[in-house]
Amino acid sequence: MKKSWVAYPYLVWMILFMLIPLLLIVFFGITERSGDGIIFTLENFKRFFEPIYIMVLLRSLYLALISTIVCLIIGYPLSMILAGRDYRHKRVLILLLVIPMWMNFLLRTYAWLTLLEKNGVINSIITFLGLPKADLLYNQGAVVLGMVYNFLPFMILPIYSVLIKIDKSVIEAAEDLGANSRTIFRKIIFPLSLPGVVSGITMVYMPAVTTFIISRLLGGGQFTLIGNLIEQQFLHTGDWGFGSALSIVMMLLILFSMAIMSKYEKEHEGGGLF
Amino acid sequence: MKFFKRFYIGLIFTFLYAPILILMVFSFNDSKSRGRWGGFTLKWYADLLQDREIMSALYYTILIALLSAAIATLIGTVAAIGIHGMNRFIRGAIINITYLPVLNPDIVTGISLMMLFVFVKMERGFLSLLLAHITFNIPYVIFSVMPKLKQMDKHLYEAALDLGAGPLYAYRKVILPEIMPGVVTGMILAFTLSIDDFVISYFTAGAGVSNLSIIIHSMARRGINPTINALSTLMFTAVLILLLIVNKRAGNGYDKKTKNNFEEEIAI
Repeated sequence: MKKSWVAYPYLVWMILFMLIPLLLIVFFGITERSGDGIIFTLENFKRFFEPIYIMVLLRSLYLALISTIVCLIIGYPLSMILAGRDYRHKRVLILLLVIPMWMNFLLRTYAWLTLLEKNGVINSIITFLGLPKADLLYNQGAVVLGMVYNFLPFMILPIYSVLIKIDKSVIEAAEDLGANSRTIFRKIIFPLSLPGVVSGITMVYMPAVTTFIISRLLGGGQFTLIGNLIEQQFLHTGDWGFGSALSIVMMLLILFSMAIMSKYEKEHEGGGLF
Repeated sequence: MKFFKRFYIGLIFTFLYAPILILMVFSFNDSKSRGRWGGFTLKWYADLLQDREIMSALYYTILIALLSAAIATLIGTVAAIGIHGMNRFIRGAIINITYLPVLNPDIVTGISLMMLFVFVKMERGFLSLLLAHITFNIPYVIFSVMPKLKQMDKHLYEAALDLGAGPLYAYRKVILPEIMPGVVTGMILAFTLSIDDFVISYFTAGAGVSNLSIIIHSMARRGINPTINALSTLMFTAVLILLLIVNKRAGNGYDKKTKNNFEEEIAI
């Protein structure tokens, strides 16, 4: 099986459609067209450090962080319940967790408008109960809700898959030795589940930082995230240089954090992305 | 405690399914505005067949998904076999390159491909969309096939050669059956990723060709036509039934499989 040349078509494909496009981004990010041809510049990156753009980056990181924390707080207990030894329907429930992803995510996010809007379903229920209407849409809360809604399964699944692998006899041994359920959780279950938590965090945080659709639909265009900014540069402003610089920054940010996370995962084995 | 657990599970699944339920309910709504219930109707389902825009988007979505999955599976499987035979150093390097599009934010993949198509002055349309989909699908096929190659007994191939099989024949009769589960998994994964993709399609599709995600995105500005709800309800129900059948048929032997499925689903 030493015929490695059969991989060459793939390599050519990747060079054409992945490496060259990425090099194009780098090229447009660091050059500028002026009277006498194309010159090297770091102007685009300098522009990124203007306060408005730094604010956009910070806002993206902040909203993604909040969503990740909420996913973890909501998702961890659910993974524990599902992984619990006394839970019979876990297979069906896990399937139910994945099934929503089969419906177009734009449409699912859009459906939240019907639920949250001024005369929407939730407000109808609230007024029916005799309470004043609430402003649920077009604020940060709505954006976070959209992120949590879309990415929650990505938090639950990796944690669950690590939790079910925990050797039950370890827990029994701790019980025999007189540990109460709280100590067992703190000293055994939680530390052993950390690899799953780490990949869950990665899988929620990364797409949340880069999204531009959730913030547009549920934020009503008031919450420009870095994804929105990049999209604007390419499709509306036509400023490829600045757009490329933003993409480079975002890409490095993501790949760098991925590298740290995967290093952690390797050290602790299991729970990985693949 | 048991009650509390049930309540908590119920709460989360309500959260996950409320929007889907709303979508489905409103596909039977006899009023075009979302949020107002105007009585039961099936007219959106009837409209669906008449709607040129949606039907063409559905056609392109499925066509692109089928073609890109098939081509990516072909290139990816062959590539996996080739990569498997390489020495460790080169293999590691190539695997890392293969990871790149998987880890890279979709939006960066999307705009980088858009830049390429504009740069070489290729008109954006069906072909650019197809090329983009193949590109992001190939790594998933490779990562589905590679583990199967690693598990395989490497002497099987040599044995086939010793017994007089030509290399191609040995590949077809010995290696391919061994790695088939991985190939199928990769193909299904590629197909669903392609159907579901919005971000990369958004940047690489042209004026004439749209898939469903793009149509939904442009509709979201002017209000989504309930016809889309009808279509999604149908597609969702189809998938649900399919999964239930698979789940039932797999029966007890499912446990091992679910584990594998997990890894795939997580990869999505």
